[in-house]
Amino acid sequence: MTEESTADGRERPGSEWYDNEAGPLVRPYAMTGGRTRPAPAGVPFDLIALVTRVPGAPGADTTVLGPEHRTLIELCRTETQSVAELAADADLPVGVVRVLLGDLVELGRVSVSRPVPPAQLPDERILREVIDGLRAL
Amino acid sequence: MVSQHAGQAETTDADSSALALKILVAGGFGVGKTTLVGAVSEIRPLRTEELLSEAGLLVDDTGGVDRKVTTTVAMDFGRITIRSGLSLYLFGTPGQDRFWFLWDELSQGALGAVVLADTRRLADCFPAVDYFEHRHIPFVVAVNCFTGARRHEEREVLRALDLDAGTPVVLCDARDRASGKEVLIRLVEYAGRMHTARLLDSVR
Ligand SMILES: Nc1nc2c(ncn2[C@@H]2O[C@H](COP(=O)(O)OP(=O)(O)OP(=O)(O)O)[C@@H](O)[C@H]2O)c(=O)[nH]1
Ligand SMILES: [Mg+2]
Repeated sequence: MTEESTADGRERPGSEWYDNEAGPLVRPYAMTGGRTRPAPAGVPFDLIALVTRVPGAPGADTTVLGPEHRTLIELCRTETQSVAELAADADLPVGVVRVLLGDLVELGRVSVSRPVPPAQLPDERILREVIDGLRAL
Repeated sequence: MVSQHAGQAETTDADSSALALKILVAGGFGVGKTTLVGAVSEIRPLRTEELLSEAGLLVDDTGGVDRKVTTTVAMDFGRITIRSGLSLYLFGTPGQDRFWFLWDELSQGALGAVVLADTRRLADCFPAVDYFEHRHIPFVVAVNCFTGARRHEEREVLRALDLDAGTPVVLCDARDRASGKEVLIRLVEYAGRMHTARLLDSVR
């Protein structure tokens, strides 16, 4: 990494790399108005928190929503999606997706569930199901 | 832009019947993490962005306080759908030490972890083993049998890594779907045993 990469990263996106792991310098918060965390106070949405469209909520085509908001709503149209999937499918960084989802929750468009910690799984049946499911793959 | 207040309903129960389980795939650089996730699931890159200071990278003079310079870190991400409403999510973490801070978030609420090891450089997986042991996250050690490094006795690995008795060590070929599935099955079985044991301990 060089001083140059920080200074020029924005002008020539994709041209500076730390190495194979680290991508180019980006400033993804442009999309979120500079916010780095979801608007509502509290813990950020877990990567495997599940996002469901609120049934009967207005369509995705209102002016309050930016294109990225609409993309996210579209992606969970057919089935419940995890935060990680939305980020991968929308090709947006996770942090940006969290912020956008915070907006959508406030607007009543989606609901986001807290994942159940494995320690609180109701019974062994679920894990048995997972094992059988893996065998059958 | 949307207002930032009035958000008590941050997390509501979306679909209380849907269940998501998280498994991490860890191990040293180039040990086969991406290969393993790809063998058992439809793999996609997941981008997460980190402040350079958090990533432990040099931060050049960024001038103003409001200027946030981040770098993206790519993780492997795969989903295995067991049935509608029950999915397993796999996260392959970057092999380099300086991205360890990512693990703290990833390991929250994880069902367990696969630590991939290469017998030619076993020490590379020590940090991962330490990490999960300290946090009491159930893990299995999967020895990726690269050509020329086969048939390393499982017990030898167990001893070399100084693992707690009972920690499963599985030989695998990360490129092979059946082999990868077996690793995951061993992990889920083990995680189940660990959780049961802990439950029993807590009522004793
Ligand atoms: N012969 C053999 N090659 C393998 C096996 N698993 C992975 N490889 C190869 O080893 C190389 C590294 O594998 P990756 O899956 O990219 O390793 P990784 O752990 O994701 O690497 P980083 O993300 O860079 O830390 C690739 O060229 C793979 O094709 C294996 O079981 N046998
Ligand atoms: Mg990789």
